[in-house]
Amino acid sequence: MEKRFVYADNAATTRVSDEVVAAMLPYFTEYYGNPSAVYGFAGKAKTAIENARAQVATALGATPGEIYFVSCGTEADNWALKGTARMLAEKGRHIISTPFEHHAILHSLNTLEKEGFEVTYLPVYDNGRVRVEDLKAAIRPDTILVSVMFANNEIGTIQPIAEIGAVCRERGILFHTDAVQAIGHVPVDVQAMNIDMLSLSGHKFHAPKGIGAMYLRKGVGIPNFMDGGGQEKKRRAGTENVPYIVGLGKAIEIATQKLPEESKRVAALRDRLMDGLLERIPDIKINGDRENRLPGNVNVSIKYVEGESLLMMLDMQGVCAASGSACTSGSLDPSHVLMAIGLDHATAHGSLRFSFADYSTQEDIDYILEVLPPIVEKLRAMSPLAK
Amino acid sequence: MYSEKVMDHFTNPRNVGEIADANAVGEVGNPTCGDIMRIYMKIEDGVITDVKFKTFGCGAAVATSSMATEMVKGKTIAEALALTNKAVAEALDGLPPIKMHCSVLAEDAIKAALIDYYKRQGIDPKPIVGFDSVAEMECCHGDLHEGCQHA
Ligand SMILES: Cc1ncc(COP(=O)(O)O)c(C=O)c1O
Ligand SMILES: [Zn+2]
Repeated sequence: MEKRFVYADNAATTRVSDEVVAAMLPYFTEYYGNPSAVYGFAGKAKTAIENARAQVATALGATPGEIYFVSCGTEADNWALKGTARMLAEKGRHIISTPFEHHAILHSLNTLEKEGFEVTYLPVYDNGRVRVEDLKAAIRPDTILVSVMFANNEIGTIQPIAEIGAVCRERGILFHTDAVQAIGHVPVDVQAMNIDMLSLSGHKFHAPKGIGAMYLRKGVGIPNFMDGGGQEKKRRAGTENVPYIVGLGKAIEIATQKLPEESKRVAALRDRLMDGLLERIPDIKINGDRENRLPGNVNVSIKYVEGESLLMMLDMQGVCAASGSACTSGSLDPSHVLMAIGLDHATAHGSLRFSFADYSTQEDIDYILEVLPPIVEKLRAMSPLAK
Repeated sequence: MYSEKVMDHFTNPRNVGEIADANAVGEVGNPTCGDIMRIYMKIEDGVITDVKFKTFGCGAAVATSSMATEMVKGKTIAEALALTNKAVAEALDGLPPIKMHCSVLAEDAIKAALIDYYKRQGIDPKPIVGFDSVAEMECCHGDLHEGCQHA
């Protein structure tokens, strides 16, 4: 078998598409004016930003006035949580979230906890999904915010966002969702789903790293996170990153157009890999619900072997993947996501995540199915845990 | 991130396996820490004539297991007891700082096997190895095993 390069880590980041690069390029060298300037030359940049804003709004079912460009998904998460907390601290100090959010959310919540806010972390069960009954039971008179991720970055499980949104709307509680992993891969509609705030990040759908957007429903007046000039209608200061904003707009437009077909194609790749692995490797377990799952996510625990060793051997075969093992995180603890869905330590240490997107092919899947079983066999032969 | 030597020992680990008639067996680590090593030794007249290992762990854990078994094979018990995790790491041309805790595994496993060796013969291992049991030994690496449930 010929060695291939297989990029199966699209949940970490994606390749920027050629169309996106082409759309961005003129804004580096031709239309480089500062969008805030008065002269006509800057108008091109200004128009490009507003065009991108409309593209993002269309993708989300929002109006352009509700979209703010930010530096990354992390910034949007910080802004939404800390902004809401500051705005509503007088009204209440209780927040509801989940234990398997991205660290951009979890660490923001930790900061708020230190400031006296109280956070309820809803259970996510072994299928990696929040239950709406638990949310209803957790709501208190002083609950000011619910933040539940749209889809989990490690195990790919999609949360019951529309149901959560409906409950929050009925109880008059603001609802934020970190949709960084979902945008461009599953349909999102802020109106139908009653979402008040949403974070997204370009590099998860073939736009560059370091550009994101925040959807803020009209009337949600959270205070600014970045103080400075009057950009983004005085809501987010800093000279706009015009080429990247253009790239984000282009990428979300393409992703939205392609979504109905592309999500089916990628889901078929995902299922081929999951079924193929279950067939070829004994003592493995798929992590996370199989139905309510991102089209591009496969997360599997391979018993008796350790994740970093698996990743290193996959890398030697040209395959890029990820693991929830402690030895890949630089800490002694395995992934908080895998702990939250109740895996024991050894099983969590032996987890692998493969994630696929636009450039993934069936050849990639078949190659992984070829190279992984002998790697597992070799490591199990070396393992004191294997029977 | 790893040296060529580490990659070599990870890809082609030496002395993997078990010894059916081993007279010294030691196991250290804990799934909580991520790495587990079991070592088998055949000791004759105070010399380690054969040694094999099995390791569940990251690249650094596998490579240090492999290197440590090479370094004690054919050596006396006294020489094996003098082997430090630092010496193993150096023999591998170094390990990334965050991986040093993985290399403690090999040093501990050798000591654990020797504790077992003396216990089997009804000899108190403490004056020779320095420890009575694996648990006592691991707790002495408090700084390195930080975060371990059992430390
Ligand atoms: C769910 C989730 N939220 C937030 C982020 C952070 O996004 P960014 O890398 O743009 O800061 C990521 C990606 O790393 C993510 O997967
Ligand atoms: Zn390790």
